[in-house]
Amino acid sequence: MIPANVQEAIHQALREEMARDPRVILLGEGVATKRPDLVEAFGRARVRNTPLAEGIIAGTAAGAAATGLRPIADLLFAPFLCFAMDEIVNSAGKLRYMSGGQFKFPMVVMAMTGGGWTVGAQHNHNLEAWFVHSPGLKVVMPSTPADFKGLLKSAVRDDNPVIFFTDMALAFAPGEVPEGDVTVPLGVAAVRREGTDVTLIAYAKTVPACLEAAAALEAQGVSAEVLDLRTLKPLDEATILASARRTGRVIVVHEAGRLCGVGAEVAALVAEQAFASLRAPVLRLTGPDAPAPSSFLLEQAFSPQPAAILAAALDLVGRTEPAATLA
Amino acid sequence: MKKRPRPADAILTLFRSRRQRMVRGRCGSEEEDAVSSSNPVAGPIEMLRQMLLIRAYEMKIVELGGKGPFPHVCTCVGQEAAAVGVVAALREEDRILTNHRSAGHLLARGADPGRMLAEVMGRATGYCKGKSGTLHISAKELGVLLTSTIVGGELSLATGVALSKSMLKEKGIVACFFGDGAAAEGIFHESVNLASVWDLPVLYVCENNHWQAFVHRDETMRGAFIAPRAAAYGIEGLTVDGNDVEAVHAAALEAARKVRETSRPFLLETYTYRLRGHMEPEPAAGADPKELEHWLGKDPIARMKRTLLERGEATPEDIAAMEAEADAVVDAAEAFAAASPMPAPEELTTEVYA
Ligand SMILES: Cc1ncc(C[n+]2csc(CCOP(=O)(O)OP(=O)(O)O)c2C)c(N)n1
Repeated sequence: MIPANVQEAIHQALREEMARDPRVILLGEGVATKRPDLVEAFGRARVRNTPLAEGIIAGTAAGAAATGLRPIADLLFAPFLCFAMDEIVNSAGKLRYMSGGQFKFPMVVMAMTGGGWTVGAQHNHNLEAWFVHSPGLKVVMPSTPADFKGLLKSAVRDDNPVIFFTDMALAFAPGEVPEGDVTVPLGVAAVRREGTDVTLIAYAKTVPACLEAAAALEAQGVSAEVLDLRTLKPLDEATILASARRTGRVIVVHEAGRLCGVGAEVAALVAEQAFASLRAPVLRLTGPDAPAPSSFLLEQAFSPQPAAILAAALDLVGRTEPAATLA
Repeated sequence: MKKRPRPADAILTLFRSRRQRMVRGRCGSEEEDAVSSSNPVAGPIEMLRQMLLIRAYEMKIVELGGKGPFPHVCTCVGQEAAAVGVVAALREEDRILTNHRSAGHLLARGADPGRMLAEVMGRATGYCKGKSGTLHISAKELGVLLTSTIVGGELSLATGVALSKSMLKEKGIVACFFGDGAAAEGIFHESVNLASVWDLPVLYVCENNHWQAFVHRDETMRGAFIAPRAAAYGIEGLTVDGNDVEAVHAAALEAARKVRETSRPFLLETYTYRLRGHMEPEPAAGADPKELEHWLGKDPIARMKRTLLERGEATPEDIAAMEAEADAVVDAAEAFAAASPMPAPEELTTEVYA
């Protein structure tokens, strides 16, 4: 293992994949300016600054993907994906099917999302469910530097359009990545902590929040399992169901809004297929149906915090005494 | 129209071999590389033949649409010269992206009318196995990547296809067909701008047919022409009489030559008219009868026939025979499509992911 934060892990993945496959190109508003070493290593043709026009960046990536390149488009902040929805959803996501399988679209669209930088609602919006709902796309949202690297490498090698989200709050947290060409498969959740009383299901920044809550739960004699979904589509249903059947209690935790969010899907899945194992209703802890605030305090309140997860878990296991405290 | 009493299969063979010649010429076996690397100048007779086939195909759609349940189709009646003239200037290695009015482009490229009709009718034998329907036919084997029914969708992908061409050092250019309506979408600006900035080999072909679905062009733009916009992006543009197939062909050959030689985009505008409604089987909506009459008088097919007769390059009998052949081919295409199976229900969820 080598120390690296998420930004560095992403950079390593880009560099290694570009070195591995000459068809991989990187485009976006300022990618060449911000990654001079990639320009030096691979040239300006493969690392391209673009105009400020998200639609044509994504459309160019889609057209290039259909005809032999493997583009990675960095669209900066998730709300800007609104400018590229047509190209991502209507073209990249649909044209393989519409053409009867004649074309494939091996491309990655990267965007930053989530609170942590107090950038406010027009730079922070957790849109992942939009893309999960769109056929033909895959959606990745990792939580650790190792996964950022391994999953980005897999995304680049995947023959489908992959939306790759970086939760800003995680970007500079210390961590480590494995040495060598290590990939993490898409569609496989990680069990971050094993437990028997309750399953906490999370992705991106709510994974560390759940781990913190799980540690506090352990101190109170409650054994919590923590699942990191990592890939929202394909969703690792087997791991979710196995854990739900083992613990009988499930809390899904994410920062995106509750209505029709990923948590709704997980809750429905568990209700449909593991109902007999359930000892309590499936709970969702999510952000509110409100644009993301900017003020640091409001931004923290926006995302489910460890204390809230702890309280919900204690409630679910029938522990009502107000002893819940976090270390 | 009176048909010649000739057995349909004989006619079909004739057409098929002609089509195969065209397609083979483009698929570039070694000995034919020589053909594809020189300009494939399509003769005037061949261009009339293609226009007749397109018209016959589209009128078959009109007929089928009038008969009962049949998918809505946007026909290119009146715009045949624009399609044939440009596509005839392309080579095997070139790629095509187009819009919802694509039958002309596909047929001129050598598409099989039977497989096209089958696609429209949702059959498994269609170019996209019935998954595209009328509005999004693509045919990789013909270099036709996309028929976009998102107005301007093809403009957004064209830059990427051209980027592939240039980065993978492949021969050929990308022809991108769109309407005057699409030229009002933001993506038009984004696409042409980026193709210019990155020196991408895109031949933008705006078919200015006066209509943007149910809105007349005069309601949505100042001035009548799109080509002058090229100057704003630092590229060349040209408007050509879109109802004169030879003029379109000459202009397209010259424009394509420039794109090939300079790897710079070019904006070619074919000034033409949509002679039918936006979609079949809906009636033509809102057309000013005088305007329509004026343009009916400029029908590109009638005009080409007159030209060939005047120049003594064809006799009335030759033309009648070509018309009968086109009708026979399209009748056979209909029979093929109608007899083709529907896709298996399992096809519903295949080919979503690679
Ligand atoms: C993004 C989008 N907006 C609106 C439509 C509905 N629509 C379909 S065709 C069309 C007209 C397009 O006009 P133009 O680009 O001039 O092409 P034409 O139909 O004249 O060939 C419209 C508005 C659409 N399909 N896609």
